[in-house]
Amino acid sequence: MIRLTGLTKRFGATPVLNGIDLTIEQGERVVVIGPSGTGKSTLLRCINFLDRPEAGTIQVGDLTVDAAHASRAQILGLRRRTAFVFQNYALFANKTARQNITEALVTVQRRPRAEAEARADAILAETGLTEKADSFPAALSGGQQQRVGIGRAMALDADLMLFDEPTSALDPEWVGEVLDLMRRVAERRQTMLIVTHEMQFAREIADRVIFMDGGRIVEQGPPAQIFEAPQDERTRSFLRRVTR
Amino acid sequence: MLGLVPILLGYLPLTLFMAVLSMACALVLASLLAMERVARIPVLDGIVVLFISFFRGTPLLVQLFLFYYGLPQVMPFLTNMTGVQAAIIGLTLHFSAYMAESIRAAIIGVDRSQWEAAEAVGMTRTQMMGRIVLPQAARVAAPTLVNYFIDMIKSTSLAFTLGVTEMMGATQKEAAGSFLYFEAFIVVALIYWAIVEALSFAQKRLEFSLNRAFTR
Ligand SMILES: Nc1ncnc2c1ncn2[C@@H]1O[C@H](COP(=O)(O)OP(=O)(O)OP(=O)(O)O)[C@@H](O)[C@H]1O
Ligand SMILES: [Mg+2]
Repeated sequence: MIRLTGLTKRFGATPVLNGIDLTIEQGERVVVIGPSGTGKSTLLRCINFLDRPEAGTIQVGDLTVDAAHASRAQILGLRRRTAFVFQNYALFANKTARQNITEALVTVQRRPRAEAEARADAILAETGLTEKADSFPAALSGGQQQRVGIGRAMALDADLMLFDEPTSALDPEWVGEVLDLMRRVAERRQTMLIVTHEMQFAREIADRVIFMDGGRIVEQGPPAQIFEAPQDERTRSFLRRVTR
Repeated sequence: MLGLVPILLGYLPLTLFMAVLSMACALVLASLLAMERVARIPVLDGIVVLFISFFRGTPLLVQLFLFYYGLPQVMPFLTNMTGVQAAIIGLTLHFSAYMAESIRAAIIGVDRSQWEAAEAVGMTRTQMMGRIVLPQAARVAAPTLVNYFIDMIKSTSLAFTLGVTEMMGATQKEAAGSFLYFEAFIVVALIYWAIVEALSFAQKRLEFSLNRAFTR
């Protein structure tokens, strides 16, 4: 289970997260939507301390961290229980597709190399990238790079997978293949927290949709409720803008 | 005149020994300095900045004299230091200051999102630097570092001012013995030139293969 309480973050004097409370059950797929600059990325990045929250607690599985007093070991602990998929892929440019997947399995999880490589090959097959296993990121299309990015995250067997707008940087022609792969991950009841502007996709795979505005969770519920019968005026006007 | 070539080449191993050893030490030291400059460790950062500033801000010859003739007066345990040792220490410190800046620039040039990706998969700082950042920075910095190595080889000639008979020192002796100053110095100049040309050729090959790295 994932539980955030009172998560607070500011950049300088600007508050970006104003006390976020959020519980995600094991196997739940949660989609976060909301206008630009409302703190969606920051929320995800605070969960694994890519951004350091000022206050609140973060619980991932058996680890609970008080954000204000997080130790280095606790931060590593959170990072090792979560996996992150970046908008701009962020693949290791000096590693091949296969090495991008094996890297953390070997250096962080200390799994035997043969085992890590077998896992990578299975994931490459699943993501349709077997032929590209020995290619470096620079030789891959955007869609292929993001599939490696998702594969790298899948391999970690994390308690929680975080996706920050994984299709926003892609040329339209590659969006479909990346969403397909995410659907496949979702079908396994992997716990996921996804920021996306793909409303149709959210409707399909989400157990719950969260609407954020101004660093707060304004409204949340099953996709049918949020998309068909939003309660808050801010949700309604946002949805009008993005789905018109 | 050609008879001088084999005589002077006999001192080439000492020249190369000083250059290679100084370069190896300078690479290690420069990498440490560069990583500190990136991490900005309190207090230490000030010392590192001062160190780099001093060794870039004063002539190498002054530094060599300071180590060899000056320091033993205030630190008696250095009295037994040989000219070769002093030269290696001086070259190491001097060049590490310059190289640290190039390495730092190369480290900072590694795409920020890859640092975050390394953190996100749970790597420690050491793992992130060793496995992701430094290999990419090395590729960017390598051609510049070869330039410093070329400079280093030429700078070993200053060791003769510390009484070391390396190639330059030997030339000086040969010239003084025979009074054939022009012949002696033109021969040693050609030897240095040939070495540097060979290295420049290797550098071009290196650059070519580095440009292709990570792209297939
Ligand atoms: N490193 C930073 N330094 C200062 N301000 C930042 C930083 N990162 C984000 N912000 C600010 O924090 C606010 C929230 O940013 P965030 O990226 O979380 O928004 P978002 O909801 O993900 O927006 P988008 O949909 O555009 O990605 C914005 O106002 C942004 O300008
Ligand atoms: Mg964002």
